[in-house]
Amino acid sequence: MRTTTAQQDFIRGIWKENPVLVQMLGLCPALAVTNSVANALAMSGATFFVMSCSSVLISTCKRFIPHEVRISAYILVIATFVTLADMLLQAYAPAQHKELGAFIALIVVNCMILGRQESFSSKNNVFRSLLDAFGTGVGFTIALVMMGGFREILGTGSFLGFSLFGPNFEPWVIMVLPAGGFLTLGFILLAMGYIEQRKKDNAEHKEEQMAEEASS
Amino acid sequence: MNDQTLFSIFFSALVVNNFTLALFLGLCPFMGVSARVETALRMGFANIFVLVLTALSAWFLNTYILETAPYLRIISFIIVIASLVQIVEMAIKKLSPALFRQLGIFLPLITTNCAILGLAIFQTNRGYGFLQGLTFAVGAGLGLTLALVLMASIRESVEFSDVPGIAKGTGLVLIIAGTLSMAFMGFAGLL
Repeated sequence: MRTTTAQQDFIRGIWKENPVLVQMLGLCPALAVTNSVANALAMSGATFFVMSCSSVLISTCKRFIPHEVRISAYILVIATFVTLADMLLQAYAPAQHKELGAFIALIVVNCMILGRQESFSSKNNVFRSLLDAFGTGVGFTIALVMMGGFREILGTGSFLGFSLFGPNFEPWVIMVLPAGGFLTLGFILLAMGYIEQRKKDNAEHKEEQMAEEASS
Repeated sequence: MNDQTLFSIFFSALVVNNFTLALFLGLCPFMGVSARVETALRMGFANIFVLVLTALSAWFLNTYILETAPYLRIISFIIVIASLVQIVEMAIKKLSPALFRQLGIFLPLITTNCAILGLAIFQTNRGYGFLQGLTFAVGAGLGLTLALVLMASIRESVEFSDVPGIAKGTGLVLIIAGTLSMAFMGFAGLL
């Protein structure tokens, strides 16, 4: 029984079921490390790596994992790849590793990853699980980079370290502080709520028009 | 070994570097169970309990086992904490059903909460000793409870006010959290 196509597996995670903006999973890293675009990119890269590797491994081994201890088994697999990601970042991007600090290790308890393993990888084949992991990973990256972008541009007046507005710009320091994280995500959600509302109103409007035309 | 005083560790974890409002740890329960003050309080107490257990086990692992194999830290922390909480949950169920009803459902939820693993990792990175770790855990737990209860009280009083349709739900909670976090920035000069 297959209700979705491979293409849908990939697309779904990017917008419709975006892990951060729609499902509210993985909020911890999404708020904590998005004070600059570089940090957001490093974090989503690490999460992407952990997610894809554990999806492949878990969907390959799903026959051997006893149902009763599956959650612990998933956590073990995820923790192993997080340790790998931690070491890789430390070796190749020491500056980012220092900035992110404990939050790399906290990828283990990112509910988004465990959620995808439980609801998708444990039931589907390797290829589709990988697609699903890629889609969710891309969605996570988009959300993080968007937040990082807003916060860095408003909070420091630069993007990826390049100054944007010249010396007269007074940075909104609050945006790079913790409070800014909550506010940015709050406003993004408000904007999304507004778009959804508009769509719904338009659809209702169209239906009314159709009904009127039909009756006349 | 870190030489911060217990007092400064406690207040730093309680308000200045509040786990929820400044470090973004434990956001899932913060969003999920902060609708009622009653549940928020229970969740907070269950959190303090698990945090103290975590601090103890992390200290034990760091001192006696992980010295030779630091790369196993993340894996062993998560396994030890999860199984310890499971065991304690069973013990409470057997010994004190009343307490189990109070904390019960929250305990397994808390185990996969970032605040717990976060505490263990911060404790390791900063090299806290036994007493320091314990103080840190109690401070962080009380800080989480404080944030949860404040949030729940605000949400209880906002519940019947006329909020625009698009702001209902998580968007509003996040903006309230942002405002609370701004208020907590005022404590930054304390230490």
